[in-house]
Amino acid sequence: MDKLKVKNNPRSLINITDLSVAEIDHLIETANDIIENPEAYQEICAHKKLATLFFEPSTRTRLSFTAAMQELGGDVLGFSEAASSSAAKGESVADTVQIVSLYADIIAMRHPKEGAPLVASRHSNVPVINAGDGGHFHPTQTLTDLLTISRKKGGLNNFTIGLCGDLKFGRTVHSLIEALMRYTGVKFILIAPPELRLPKYMKEKMNAAGAEWAEYEKLEDAMPDLDVLYMTRVQKERFFNEEDYVRLRDSYILTLDRLKPAKKDMIIMHPLPRVNEIAVEVDNDPRACYFYQAHCGKYIREALILFLLGLK
Amino acid sequence: MNIDGLNNGIVLDHITAGKGMQIYEMLKLDKLDCTVAIIQNATSSKLGRKDIIKLDTVIDLNYDMIAFVDSNVTIDIIKDGRVCEKRSVKLPETLKNIISCHNPRCITSTEQGIDQIFHLVDPDRRIYRCAYCDTEYSEK
Repeated sequence: MDKLKVKNNPRSLINITDLSVAEIDHLIETANDIIENPEAYQEICAHKKLATLFFEPSTRTRLSFTAAMQELGGDVLGFSEAASSSAAKGESVADTVQIVSLYADIIAMRHPKEGAPLVASRHSNVPVINAGDGGHFHPTQTLTDLLTISRKKGGLNNFTIGLCGDLKFGRTVHSLIEALMRYTGVKFILIAPPELRLPKYMKEKMNAAGAEWAEYEKLEDAMPDLDVLYMTRVQKERFFNEEDYVRLRDSYILTLDRLKPAKKDMIIMHPLPRVNEIAVEVDNDPRACYFYQAHCGKYIREALILFLLGLK
Repeated sequence: MNIDGLNNGIVLDHITAGKGMQIYEMLKLDKLDCTVAIIQNATSSKLGRKDIIKLDTVIDLNYDMIAFVDSNVTIDIIKDGRVCEKRSVKLPETLKNIISCHNPRCITSTEQGIDQIFHLVDPDRRIYRCAYCDTEYSEK
């Protein structure tokens, strides 16, 4: 038998909906166990290699994947921008991934083109993790969010989450909604200006899933009901004119004053990076957990790597 | 060709009036070396008006493509002057290399050699989304 022959059709993660609720719960359970017992996992990926193929720059996602693999005892190879890869010479995603999958045991890939990781997964002999494809999917951010909510609120059922800011183009929001609407008793409060409201097809998905949701224009109006407040960036390039941008941007800045009507045990989340949508003064409020959230990202990625490699 | 009566061939009947040329073009019927007749705005008891395409030979047709353009179409296979098979078409769950994604951010805009795949997400409104970027297909 040819020892160079490799296994085909490995399991990949392209969209959060590729995972069942039971699998997500399993990943959360594993991540919690890694947090509690890190020493039990520190050699589990010895002699395994993660390739980080980042065709566009990223700080936290790439470093989070790198740290995750290193904490599991594995090695990391790859590149952090398209200019330092063969893509600069015009190589296709399919060819790049076919080659890399001969050298690594698992791939984390970020690409500016939507659907690139799906193409990669179809040409790879090892699992491919979508680490962000343009404005499309970012499933490991969603897993990060789910682990954070689960740890802070004691589970993923029966709570009210406010999603605030750019709900039209925000990929993190869409994926989080898709994941949470499969749990029970999650109520969604959508807080956005008319220009940046959640797309109709997403609302139709929520209705089809029987999810309860309401739409608000002002953050203050929604605040008292929330158990989780998920802030996103309102980006200037989404607006037709500067005046609208400035007016709306300022109404979605979270300050200590705006937090006054909020519940004492509400948690504030943000996928980061933030620009000015959460005032720095909020960082010291016990409800702020966006840095905690970024920390959770490393552990859930460890759990995901183990899951896709079939380890543990 | 006698367009009233075919001895052997295919009749695409009950085409929504105005869609005959679109089906003709998408199926690339102009590339065939057989006789092809397009009848536009024919009187129909069922539809009021309809288009009809007749081919004087039996060939393999892309039924998914026909259904995507117009799922009202019925296909009659004629042999020895008689209808030997009558088929209707159904909106396909997946379209492969029939339409292209217009999203400039989609991987299909740059990656060579990959299939253009769309999935039917809303049969009632005939909405298809790109398998790669999820963008809804529109003809614009």
